Amino acid sequence: MSEVAVSPVPMPAKRRGAQLIMLALAVLIVMGAYANVGLAIDGQVPAGMLTYGLSLGGLMLAAYLVLAKFAPWADPLILPLVTLVNGIGLVVIYRLESAPMKGASATNQIIMTGIGVVLFAVTLLVLRDHRALQRLTYTAGLVGVVLLISPLVPGLGKEINGARIWIGFGSATIQPAEFAKIALVVFFAGYLVAKRDVLALAGRRLLFIDLPRARDLGPVLITWAVAIGVLVLQKDLGSSLLLFGGFVVMLYIATQRTSWVLIGILLFVGGAFLAGQLFSHVGDRFDVWLNPSSAEFYEREFGGSYQIMQGLFGLGAGGILGTGLGQGHPELIPLAFSDFIFNATGEELGLTGLMAILMIYALIVQRGLRTSLAARDPFSKLLAGGLSFILAWQVFIIVGGVTNLIPLTGLVTPFMSQGGSALLANWILIALLVRTSDAARRPPPQAIQNEGLTQVFQR
Amino acid sequence: MNGTLKRVAVACLAMFALLMINVNFLQAVRAEEYRTDPRNTRNYYDRYAIERGRITAGGKVLAQSVETKDSDFKFVRKYTDGKLYAHVTGYFSPESESAIERSENALLDGSSADLLLRRSIDLFTGEPTRGASVDLTINPKAQKAAYDALRNSGKRGAVIALDPKTGAILAMVSLPTFDPAELSGTDKGTVFKRYDELDADKSQPLLNRTISQTYPPGSTFKVVTMAAYLEADSSRGPQTTVAAPQRLPLPQTNISLPNYGGAACGSGQVTLVYALEKSCNTPFASMGMELGFDAMKEQTEKFGMGTPVSVPMAAAQSDFGKDYDKAALAMASIGQRDNRMTPLQMAMIAAGIANDGTVMKPYLVNKITDAKGDAIEEAEPDELKTDAVSSETAAKLREMMASVVSNGTANLAQVPGVQVAGKTGTAETLDGAPPHAWFISFAPAEDPKVALAVIVESGAANVGAEATGGHTAAPIAKAVLEAVLNK
Repeated sequence: MSEVAVSPVPMPAKRRGAQLIMLALAVLIVMGAYANVGLAIDGQVPAGMLTYGLSLGGLMLAAYLVLAKFAPWADPLILPLVTLVNGIGLVVIYRLESAPMKGASATNQIIMTGIGVVLFAVTLLVLRDHRALQRLTYTAGLVGVVLLISPLVPGLGKEINGARIWIGFGSATIQPAEFAKIALVVFFAGYLVAKRDVLALAGRRLLFIDLPRARDLGPVLITWAVAIGVLVLQKDLGSSLLLFGGFVVMLYIATQRTSWVLIGILLFVGGAFLAGQLFSHVGDRFDVWLNPSSAEFYEREFGGSYQIMQGLFGLGAGGILGTGLGQGHPELIPLAFSDFIFNATGEELGLTGLMAILMIYALIVQRGLRTSLAARDPFSKLLAGGLSFILAWQVFIIVGGVTNLIPLTGLVTPFMSQGGSALLANWILIALLVRTSDAARRPPPQAIQNEGLTQVFQR
Repeated sequence: MNGTLKRVAVACLAMFALLMINVNFLQAVRAEEYRTDPRNTRNYYDRYAIERGRITAGGKVLAQSVETKDSDFKFVRKYTDGKLYAHVTGYFSPESESAIERSENALLDGSSADLLLRRSIDLFTGEPTRGASVDLTINPKAQKAAYDALRNSGKRGAVIALDPKTGAILAMVSLPTFDPAELSGTDKGTVFKRYDELDADKSQPLLNRTISQTYPPGSTFKVVTMAAYLEADSSRGPQTTVAAPQRLPLPQTNISLPNYGGAACGSGQVTLVYALEKSCNTPFASMGMELGFDAMKEQTEKFGMGTPVSVPMAAAQSDFGKDYDKAALAMASIGQRDNRMTPLQMAMIAAGIANDGTVMKPYLVNKITDAKGDAIEEAEPDELKTDAVSSETAAKLREMMASVVSNGTANLAQVPGVQVAGKTGTAETLDGAPPHAWFISFAPAEDPKVALAVIVESGAANVGAEATGGHTAAPIAKAVLEAVLNK
């Protein structure tokens, strides 16, 4: 027969062209937003628009080229989506800086974005196969814990705004928890792959849930203890919740046992409740959450609701369509450039803008989870699933916090908030996702038929 | 693991759904609540974000918004002759406003529903919204004359002048005054500090004495008693004679009411016009007792007392007092006791007599125009009370009041070439301070163009005669009459 045999496995398309177009679109949207800010504030296109726009465009082109060369099968949507939120964050910070708001620095943020993209590229270059990380399971665990507790080391750690989550060298500070997050996801993934059968199968069934064996509870209890330790010693509710939640979900993915989730929730709620009773700053967060507009909390100098109410006023001022970039007063919200950047964006871009931003985050998470579903080995599945969930979880905790859906905990909005550590760490996180998706979408080796008994593999 | 991964994906979807629902709830449902929260300082910036309309009068700009270079405060309010018009225009401070700035705020800042169409057009053409301009009925010349004359007296007091035929307010002056610019800055600290100082000032510079303060009307109230007396019997006229004893014993008491300074009133039997010219107390006290409390109160109400009046600033309520006994009624009939009137109410009485017995609704806003100059609203004179007195009674009163100026206590109000009608008053105050000097007036008597009331607080300090209202207040009235009549 002269007919060409149809390939049994459909070839996934690389879609590099579509990715380039969307990347260009993301950069154009960001440049348009820059122009908008300048026109609204000074009545002219800001002088820095081209510089900012071209540097962002140049950076993304470089990231694209590295990705096209070293991870050609990677999901085409992840990079443009991240570029868009990162760019919108830059514009909002630029806008706050022109307000002027003390502390906001767009220059700083674009430098950090640059370094972030470099780290993204370096990760892709160095880590040709993410499964190599599996061999580093316990190293990653150790690195994660050391990073996590490093702020507690006297002389190294620094306490800022009541939370001891920074380490500093001179004037430079980094937030090691942001990097610990990634190391710990790697550790969880490696550890759970090794132990999942034991964790999933051993144990007794009590009523309707399967209880694990007491000795298998060890790692869970250790993680819980570390999380509560972070909460109590560093007063960092956000990171504690983020880590423990991430761990529990990965445990659930690996073992498929709901009991782990229930045990995890009970442990955390119990721990947090105790902490709330013992430490006033945790209890205050709850009071403020339940009743933010009460005059008593509003006027309280520390741990009050002033900040959250200013954030809500910002959202109210924005309404459905927003005031327009440069035309609101987001600088009235304390920390508008970091923790509360979501509210600052909501004031000027309105409900419409926030829905779009939440949609972008949801899409990034969805692409990550798709990667996880498509991945062929358990470690890749857990790694991609864990990284995607931790991103979604972080957005939920911080955005839920600043919109008073849940009690406010200090975390940054990924890619938007000003701050080097988080931006760099999240770019590395995206590099790992991209690397995993490259492996997942790469067509499996095709057996070339009609070669007699010998099978030759071709990539 | 795909099964659990899918469930995690659903959980992530649920988390994003929750966030989205919450943001919708905050920005679409509760936005208004947050916007209007008094703790939301954005309201304070928003006040300065739009170009408020002007306040004008007689072709003169009294208040306008001027563009600034400051990005937080795009427009600031500037007042021309601020002190002169302070109680008319009011101020526009970071969190509040007063007088016209307050009453017409929705039009001035463009938020009024009347401007909806204009705003929609601006939205499409990309023009920034501008507020409507408010043109007032104030006659700048009369305002200036009243202000200068009252200031020269060195006393606190008030002058209000109306067009008796329409009710348009031609002058509204209250002293002491303040500079609205000091209360209209953008810096809350300095503005609020200044406001607190003015508010604590015992001389009450923020008080608009023309409409917000009531005073015992003194002898000016005899016009009302006279009106009721003439109305009761149409055969009565200026030449009707009444008893005018030196002292009038008050029933059920052991005191008797004297004339001012204990003086005799003519021969003891005088004509009504003579009693009014000389402002004798005893005949009016008898008239009041003869008419009774209800008739007196009803006459006062016919002149507008008790009917709420907004010019558009709401005026304080005048009050004839309670029906205690005959002695109290005798006192009330000569404007003493707890009979209290705003200068506006007294001006309305003068205007009612001048306008053949019809009291017009007083008003301050002449016209409202949008930023393009198209009229949105124009004042239409409206009657407040018809037949306050019959036109015959009004004519008799005009004749007698003209006689008060030409032959009686108010000769200082005479304007050459014009017949001026008026009535003086000297109101004793409870605390033993020097009495207030009053004067109500209108001119020309035969075809009145302006009616007014003047009060000078503690204005009768060093004058010995009943003519004190005539001595201090009448010259101020004269200056205003001349300004309006171009003399």
